Parts: sequence; structure tokens; C-alpha cells
Amino acid sequence: MAQHANSENPNVNLAYRRKKNAEEMKRQVISFVLMILLTLIAFFAVGYDKFSHWFSIPFILLLAIVQVMFQLYYFMHMSHKGHEFPAIFMYGGVFVAFLTVWAFATIVWW
Amino acid sequence: MHVEEKLTAETFPAEPERATLEGKNKFLGFWFFLGGETVLFASLFATFIALRDKTAGGPTSEELFQMPVVFVATMLLLTSSLTSVYAIHHMKNFDFKKMQLWFGITVLLGLAFLGLEIFEFYEYVHEGLKYSTSAFSSAFYTLVGLHGSHVAFGLSWILTLMIRNAKRGLNLYNAPKFYLASLYWHFIDVVWVFIFTVVYLMGMVG
Repeated sequence: MAQHANSENPNVNLAYRRKKNAEEMKRQVISFVLMILLTLIAFFAVGYDKFSHWFSIPFILLLAIVQVMFQLYYFMHMSHKGHEFPAIFMYGGVFVAFLTVWAFATIVWW
Repeated sequence: MHVEEKLTAETFPAEPERATLEGKNKFLGFWFFLGGETVLFASLFATFIALRDKTAGGPTSEELFQMPVVFVATMLLLTSSLTSVYAIHHMKNFDFKKMQLWFGITVLLGLAFLGLEIFEFYEYVHEGLKYSTSAFSSAFYTLVGLHGSHVAFGLSWILTLMIRNAKRGLNLYNAPKFYLASLYWHFIDVVWVFIFTVVYLMGMVG
């Protein structure tokens, strides 16, 4: 019960939450820096003439997917608990999205 | 917790967006909507990928796209995504003024992005890329234009919330609203990541 006493004191609780929020914000800034880096690499990969497009196109697509994961799991808080249904909805959407793009890309292949 | 409860920083819940039943419902419903939006944009991306070489004698993406404009637009939108994270951070700390300030910065960055996009479309039309010029032009304007209209809608949504609640302060009635508007804003950035990669960068590679 001694541990419980702390969480029932609203002021202690507030200080704890502020600290947690500040730590969370630090992680958000780090993911922002990484997203900027991924963007810079993608633009550089396209601007650099010596890469063939057989390399650069899959490469920048991969960078985009990584960047979107940062956006979803950190900026949109999908890494927090209580996001099981959002994950089902998003992955359901991504599955249909993937099928649609796959179908259209292969139908014009020849 | 009840929607109309008067709260202080001490009693404000850690997750105000989901502290009420209404908030929980909105949270679920909005994510369901985002799943649907993913499918909607995927259909337009698929169409664009299928038709991006069908220029019908009109301008091609390699002739039109300029890397600096796309780069600046990308940086503006990415930064605005971070500023709305700051806004929600201050919402969770029950600091209404700082939340309003960061949402205000988000709106300014979003406006700059939208202005850049309008300027870009204006240039393309002058270079002969009209909506009905080719299958490429229709697919391009539909996809990028729908994203732009999402930006415009997101901006008016955030602005409306800011103005409507300016004197009301933060409570459990409007916290879910601010939270969902920021989710929408991040989703716009998610779509833009694929637009700058698939439409612009792949368009410049050929």
C-alpha cells in the first residue's frame, strides 16, 4: 500500500507525469531528426547520377516506409498501449492499399 | 471521468483524449477513418503509377519537376508535423496557451506549404500541363490535388478549433478534438512522404 500512497498524491503524480511527458518529447525530437535524415538521403540518392534507377527506386521506397513507421509509431503514438484497434485498422488499410498498387502496377507491366 | 468536469493540472488525466466515453469512441472512429483514407489514397497512387508514362505528347515529369521546390515543401510539412507533436505535448501538460501557440505555428507552416503547392500547379499549367492534357496530368493533379485539399481542410479544422476554444480553455470535451486534429495532420504528412517519393523523386529518376 505504501507504493499506492504516492500515486494518490496529485502533486507527486503531476511531477511524475511532467517528467514522463518530457522524456516522451525527447524521443519525438530524435525521431524527427531521423526523419529529416531519411528525407535528405532520399533526395541525395536521386540527385546523385551514379546510382542506376534499379537501385535508387527500391532504395527510396524503403526509406519512405521507414519514415512512415516513425510517423505512425512515434508522432501518432501507435507505440503507446491501447492502440490495438488502430493497428488493425491501419494494417487492414495497408493490406488493401498494397493489393491495389500491386494489381495496377502489374497490369501495365507488359 | 465526466466531460464537464472542471480540471486543474493536477487532476487532468494522463491521456485526456481517451478519458471519457465520447473521447474513446472518437479515437476509435477516427483511426477507422484513417484506415479508409489509406485505401482511398492507395487507389489514386495505383492509378498514378499505372499512368505516369502516358504523357500523350504533353510535358513529362522529368521536364516539369524541380527538386528545390519539392524539397522545401517536404521540409515545411515535416516540420509542421513536429510542431503539432509539441502542441499535443503541451495539451498533456495542461498548458493551453502553449498548445495554442504550437498549433498556430503548425497552421503557418501548413499555409506556407499550401502556397508553395498553388504556385507549383500555376507554373505547371503555364508550361502546358493542364488537367486534361494527358493521363499522366489527370492522375498527377487528382492525387496531389486531393492531398492539397486535405491540407486545406486540416488547416481550417485546426484553426476552427483554436478560435472556437480560445476562451474556453482545455477540458475533456475539447481535448479529444485537438488530439484527433493532430492525428489528421500527421496522416497528411504520411501521405506526403509517399507523394514526394513516388510522384516527385521517382518522376525525376524516370
